[in-house]
Amino acid sequence: MREVYVVGIGITSFAWLPYPLSEIAAYPAMVALKDAGLSKVDHVYVANMGSAWLNHQTGLASAVVDSLSLTPVGAEVIENGPASGASAIKQGFLAVASGLHDVVLVTSAERLREVNNLEATDFVASLTHPLAEYIYGVTLPSLAAMFARLYMQKYGVTERHLAMVAVKNHDNALLNSFAHLHEKITLDGILDSPEAMTNNPYVAEPLRFFDCCPVSDGGACIILASADVAKKLKKPLIRLAGVGQATDTHCIHERAEPTDLLAVRGAAAQAFKMAGVAPGDVDVAELHDAFTILEIVESEEVGFFKKGEGHHALERGETRLGGKLPINTSGGLKAKGHPLGATGVAQVHEIILQLRGEAEKRQVEDAKIGFTCNFGGFGNNVVCFVFKREN
Amino acid sequence: MSIDLEKILRPIENTIPPFPPKYMKLAGGEEMIIRQVSREEIPDILPHVEPLLHIERDYYDIVAARLYSELLAYYRYRVQDEYVLVAQINGELVAVVNGRLLSKEVGMSYHTLALRRGLRVGAHAFAAKMEYHFDIIGQKEVLIVAESPIGFRRWMIEYSLEKRFHIPHELGGVPSWALTKEMFDKDRYALVVGRRPVPQDLLAKAQAAILPPTDPPRAPADLLAATRSMYDSTGTALMAQRWKQEGMD
Repeated sequence: MREVYVVGIGITSFAWLPYPLSEIAAYPAMVALKDAGLSKVDHVYVANMGSAWLNHQTGLASAVVDSLSLTPVGAEVIENGPASGASAIKQGFLAVASGLHDVVLVTSAERLREVNNLEATDFVASLTHPLAEYIYGVTLPSLAAMFARLYMQKYGVTERHLAMVAVKNHDNALLNSFAHLHEKITLDGILDSPEAMTNNPYVAEPLRFFDCCPVSDGGACIILASADVAKKLKKPLIRLAGVGQATDTHCIHERAEPTDLLAVRGAAAQAFKMAGVAPGDVDVAELHDAFTILEIVESEEVGFFKKGEGHHALERGETRLGGKLPINTSGGLKAKGHPLGATGVAQVHEIILQLRGEAEKRQVEDAKIGFTCNFGGFGNNVVCFVFKREN
Repeated sequence: MSIDLEKILRPIENTIPPFPPKYMKLAGGEEMIIRQVSREEIPDILPHVEPLLHIERDYYDIVAARLYSELLAYYRYRVQDEYVLVAQINGELVAVVNGRLLSKEVGMSYHTLALRRGLRVGAHAFAAKMEYHFDIIGQKEVLIVAESPIGFRRWMIEYSLEKRFHIPHELGGVPSWALTKEMFDKDRYALVVGRRPVPQDLLAKAQAAILPPTDPPRAPADLLAATRSMYDSTGTALMAQRWKQEGMD
């Protein structure tokens, strides 16, 4: 396999974006092309989860490639639930690594706020098992709540730990102008004060309002290229060094131990093995914190901390900016936002900024190795990447 | 014999029990006071409402325009039994709510204007308004309408309301909804917060001056502007021209 580098990046604000979906995908792509200093690519992948359902639009890749005036290159949509973004990057990686293409553009877009929150929640719930979960009224918040309850009983995680994740990621998002939520929150305001139950009510106990990610629109793009192309461009050389993907049972109740996220564990192990690094070598990571509990659990499953000890690392401040291993410096899904199909690409966007040293006020000092975990379904289809700065 | 025309034009002076001030902690950790303001304080509020007449976002323009006229009418004695509550953080004006008594038993909710968005500032202020009608004045129901989708979510979904469609609301004559005392009692434990008495230093600071909002609602940003500007110089120029025309540069 050939080595693959990230040579261009672009992103939109995450918020309510009242623009056509194809524009939300095209704008970050234009920025990424400009960032890379390229005007042509060999292939386009577009990550998206819900265009047909939410926006009454199919064939999104055809619209995007035309918007970008990149015809006649090949283009297709990659849909893999909330892991669509990372799956599209994986396809781009394979295309370059195999020698099929030299330059691949992977863009992404989601426009969830075209529908109301109830419809958006129902749409996301459609990724659960239709006969064993969905028909009983399961939603992602309710699944995450049951998961959190079990995790609390087994490992001693408390609501305070969940709130600490929210406070940390809101703080990080204040430093990210593209983030959806720019609201300072405190443990006192969302947990301890007499008003906390109204400020931060239960959505699905034990998960409260500030434990859940917002419903966001947004797009992000990266451009992947072979070593020959990358070395001609005047950008820091950031290599996509490790790729891993794993799946788990569709129904959560079929898992031997529901508190184990085996797909996260498997995907991360593959990515680290391929990159030839260990979890302890990572300088900065973006994890899929659609719910605060997931950041804690994923930080254990990928190998940063022992099982059941992620919340202790959080308490010690190890995952904060300035800590031993800053996690979700962008604000994470929790505060940067979670435009489903674009999330995996946006996670990579943040890691590339960090490895280039371009993350401004949230820069992790001397970051050389970055990690992402994009979590599809409820942990049933997970894609992880390891990135290395080479110069 | 001279006639005091002003006396004829003014509403009847009824005695309405005052709203006892309260305070609460927001999600961001700041303490917010909600208190009733006197007529004399209205001129201190108007300059902070006026700029929002020009904000075409989430119906701030229409809400600000109507609220401005209601505040002015209260100040100039041209509305019957109106009251005005304000929410302040460190003296800064963050919300204004108002309403009036339609009769002894029925209230008419006018407006809720959040001058700082997020963290339930407007929702807390609205809840205080309902608390005033039911707990302090002792009314049986309050007539309500929403002028914006945000208002709809706050009043129509968070509270259980009943139809009073045969009663045109004073805001535009549209069919009214009603929050009854019984339904308010059902929802109060989830939605109504606040501590009394307010510490003297907090209250004194709020009463000393109504300070301008530091982060007032603004016109909607072109959220792809930063992205666009990186490759579309024409688009950037057009936007810059528009901002200049709107006094936003």
